[in-house]
Amino acid sequence: MQIVVCLKQIPDLQQIRIKRDSREPVLEGVPLLFGDMDKNALEEAVRIVEKEGGKVTALALGSPKLRDTIKEALAMGADEAVILTDPAFQGSDTVTTAKILAKAIEKIGPYDLILCGEGSTDNYSGQVPSRLAEILGLPQVTYVRQLEFTEGGLRATRDMEEALEIVEVPLPVLVSVTSEINEPRLASMIQILRAAKKPLQEWSAEDLGLSAAEVGKEASSLEIISNLAPEQERKNVTLEGEVDEVVEQLIDALTREGVIAR
Amino acid sequence: MAEILVFSEKDEIAFELLSKGRELKEGLGLGLAAALLGQEVEGRSGQYFSYGAEKVYLGESTLLADFYVEIYAQALQRMAEEGGAQILLLGSTKRGKELASRVAQKLGAGCITEAIDLRLEGGGLVADRYALGGNTVASQVIKTERKVIAVMPKTFEALPLEAGKGQTVRLELELPEPRVRVVERRAKEGEAVDIEEAETLVCIGRGLGAEEDLGMIWELAAALGAEVGCTKSPASDYGWLSEERIVGLSGKKCNPRLYLGIGISGQIQHTVGILGSKIIVAINKDPQAPIFKIADYGIVGDLYEVVPRLAERLTTP
Repeated sequence: MQIVVCLKQIPDLQQIRIKRDSREPVLEGVPLLFGDMDKNALEEAVRIVEKEGGKVTALALGSPKLRDTIKEALAMGADEAVILTDPAFQGSDTVTTAKILAKAIEKIGPYDLILCGEGSTDNYSGQVPSRLAEILGLPQVTYVRQLEFTEGGLRATRDMEEALEIVEVPLPVLVSVTSEINEPRLASMIQILRAAKKPLQEWSAEDLGLSAAEVGKEASSLEIISNLAPEQERKNVTLEGEVDEVVEQLIDALTREGVIAR
Repeated sequence: MAEILVFSEKDEIAFELLSKGRELKEGLGLGLAAALLGQEVEGRSGQYFSYGAEKVYLGESTLLADFYVEIYAQALQRMAEEGGAQILLLGSTKRGKELASRVAQKLGAGCITEAIDLRLEGGGLVADRYALGGNTVASQVIKTERKVIAVMPKTFEALPLEAGKGQTVRLELELPEPRVRVVERRAKEGEAVDIEEAETLVCIGRGLGAEEDLGMIWELAAALGAEVGCTKSPASDYGWLSEERIVGLSGKKCNPRLYLGIGISGQIQHTVGILGSKIIVAINKDPQAPIFKIADYGIVGDLYEVVPRLAERLTTP
């Protein structure tokens, strides 16, 4: 089973601060890591290969910090990794990201399964899996919370709003997973040390046969006009005192606000 | 005339989008059309006219009886090309999101999913969506000629017209057999609960120590006439509550008049779902918990003392 797992390097969302006056997010110095559901996708791939044999290739597009970030994917059990850190790729949107990833997947070679998270933890647009499947001419099975192999294909349980939908599909196929599918492992120290020896390749736009004009910000389909924290005007009243007192104060306040009936 | 094309697998969402489309088409000088896809759909076209569709494309095929995104994307692409659609408005349901992305790729279009607002600014169409895990709201413009936008359900109000009529256009679609096959559909275990509709919402997080402690939370909710929601962990990791009760990025977005967060630290993945609350109350023993920053009223204290006392005071006159 040849599996490619696509991962996105994102800022640690808990560590983003907001400038009080301008409401701008501060991203400088915020550590980068892989999205939660990307790790679920990787975990699933590693479990499949542990059972069925084969190879897991981790694939990620992002800043040069990926050279560090990707080590976690290798430590978690990917057999090899490809990172796409060409400065020409910077500012890519879902259109150019899918284009670049598709080229890289074709260069990686024959595959049975492409695994992604259902969305990235930062923007959650969920576009890349669908776009990738379209470019590669693959069927797609999204929102998967359970996966098993059958003769010549796989059976997946999709987590839809009202129902679980069980589907069957032949390989090769692109699958996106939800966080319910598994609990990603924490790499052990030995695995982290071994990760350093695993094959890691770094490909540029040129390596993928793409010109700088076809990728990155210029070729992106979106323009971001503003990106600010939503205005939240809250009262920020802290109620202090013994339990009985604060409960009384709270009930008084909520009654005044007209949000509880007394 | 070039047009705005509306589609959702859920009629009520399509009606919301048509209602907004009526406003947008004036500013953009476009027509307003809707797509109906399925095995037999013609009967529904009248309702679509009554929400403002001037034209309804009918795509009827046994291959459209089940929602297969590849096939639906192909049918929708055909309709977009037939009428020269410049803007496709879809519902940002799970199916709508994957369809929007796949049809956008077919059309060479830029796409925005999970839009929470749409407006015309300087003659262009601007969409807002949450970014950076809900830390920010990004206002975005799509630069490609064709634009695909999936809008969150209930973003716009569905407003029927007094009288509406239009033209139906039946398209002969050449569709392939789906490669994916649904073998079973199973209703989700759990309950029919709609926390998005709750006027008062009590939410719990990791601060609640054990499943048994839910008892006092339900008592408080009963005293307030509230629904109970939660962060991701109590539902997904511990299974104490059904997943329909998760509030936040991976769950529901709620706009209650009163929200009470109990033992919730206030991670952005949860709080993005409560920003529309009129009043936010937080009870947490950690004074540094980020939830206090977005709270109107905060109690730094032990929830095991505060919650029972609050419930008691609310039930005894």
